[in-house]
Amino acid sequence: MKITLLDYGAGNVTSVARALQRLGADAQRSNSPEGIANAEAIILPGVGHYSALIRALDQQNLRASLVDALHRGVPFLGICLGLQVLFKSSEEAPELQGLNLLPGRVCALPSSVKLPHMGWNQLVVAAYLPLLAGIDASSYFYFAHSFAVTDPGFAPCATCLYGTQFAAVVEHKNIHAVQFHPEKSGAVGSRLLQNFLAFAAAAKS
Amino acid sequence: MSLARRIIPCLDTDGARVVKGVNFARLRDAGDPVALAARYNAEGADELVVLDIAASRDRRPTFLETIRRVAAELAIPLTAGGGIRSLEDARAVIQAGADKVTVNTAAVERAALISEISREFGRQAVVLAIDAKRLDDHWDVMVRGGRESAELDAILWATMGVASGAGEILLTSVDRDGTQLGFDTTLTAAISRAVTVPVIASGGAKLPEHFAAIFSEGAADAALAASIFHDNMQSIRELKQYLATRDIEVRLPC
Repeated sequence: MKITLLDYGAGNVTSVARALQRLGADAQRSNSPEGIANAEAIILPGVGHYSALIRALDQQNLRASLVDALHRGVPFLGICLGLQVLFKSSEEAPELQGLNLLPGRVCALPSSVKLPHMGWNQLVVAAYLPLLAGIDASSYFYFAHSFAVTDPGFAPCATCLYGTQFAAVVEHKNIHAVQFHPEKSGAVGSRLLQNFLAFAAAAKS
Repeated sequence: MSLARRIIPCLDTDGARVVKGVNFARLRDAGDPVALAARYNAEGADELVVLDIAASRDRRPTFLETIRRVAAELAIPLTAGGGIRSLEDARAVIQAGADKVTVNTAAVERAALISEISREFGRQAVVLAIDAKRLDDHWDVMVRGGRESAELDAILWATMGVASGAGEILLTSVDRDGTQLGFDTTLTAAISRAVTVPVIASGGAKLPEHFAAIFSEGAADAALAASIFHDNMQSIRELKQYLATRDIEVRLPC
């Protein structure tokens, strides 16, 4: 099956593409509404400022086709900012509207800790399905962010503690998202991407 | 459970090959950057830094090609820099596959460079490299590969750089660099406590005890070294195992 990488022009798309290639996945980049509308599975990588991603989605007319694809049940994986845009809004750019597909808001991490939250941290895992299947509970993942969903309106599959507790892995039906960077998280990150590919393949058949 | 302290090998290159120097001088060849990158990725390095210490304009395409080839080997973050003078320079390095870019001399000359890159790629992508040298009762910022004084207080510059949008400080002790006498814990602790961003300590590492000291007394968030890893004097895996026995949180490779 084909994986569509939403390439909005400012992100870590190349490293995600490379990680998928290592797993033997057929990944292609797209930044067109048609490309998103016809996608069998979508990965939205993101890094940088929240406003850059939201503005790109709106200026390139991708918002409607993305929301529609997610409502139709197309398997989706959001990475870092790709997780944050699923929620209603972000303190990083309060004037902009998120995709509002999941309940909760993106807030600044507390200033009691060094920011950005940069480096390898562990998860507090609540549920192992399906992204975290086979991944050891003590594994470290690579984070690089200053904002996070600190008060989700539902129970995340995994949280992380850094100054406060925040959503690290969320899964709701076809929608999966991680605050860390699996494409930069060594072997465990690769396993997580493989788990998503397996989910997407199973959803297709 | 908390954020792990990071161990970061650094590849100083002349654009194409890894080179070694003592106190920023007397360079010699130390190997192929792509082969070293693959080795460190497999050994459990937490990130990799690649610097172009020659930073000459005509060698820039060669360096960008080195970044592309190194990035292809990595499943960990990559920082690249050396001679970054403009937003366009930073964009080229990031498009070649780097996650973060270091700025040094050009940022001292024009601090707006930090905010320009930070606005475009996010704070997490901007690493302010500071080469600091003890001068009487303070530390002076050194530029042009550690050769010239910028007549600027290093602690002041670190806080200014963070205010401009740097997301991390790569702090090199010019006094300790290449000496293998250990990191400068006093300098690193002073900077680390003055800023709100993570600090990577660099310069002088040889023994595992040096790493333990820079994380405990030096309050460093990450520690960087070059030749001791290239020469197989210190394996990253064994270093991390040692640090774990000293109750320093590290990511142990599987």
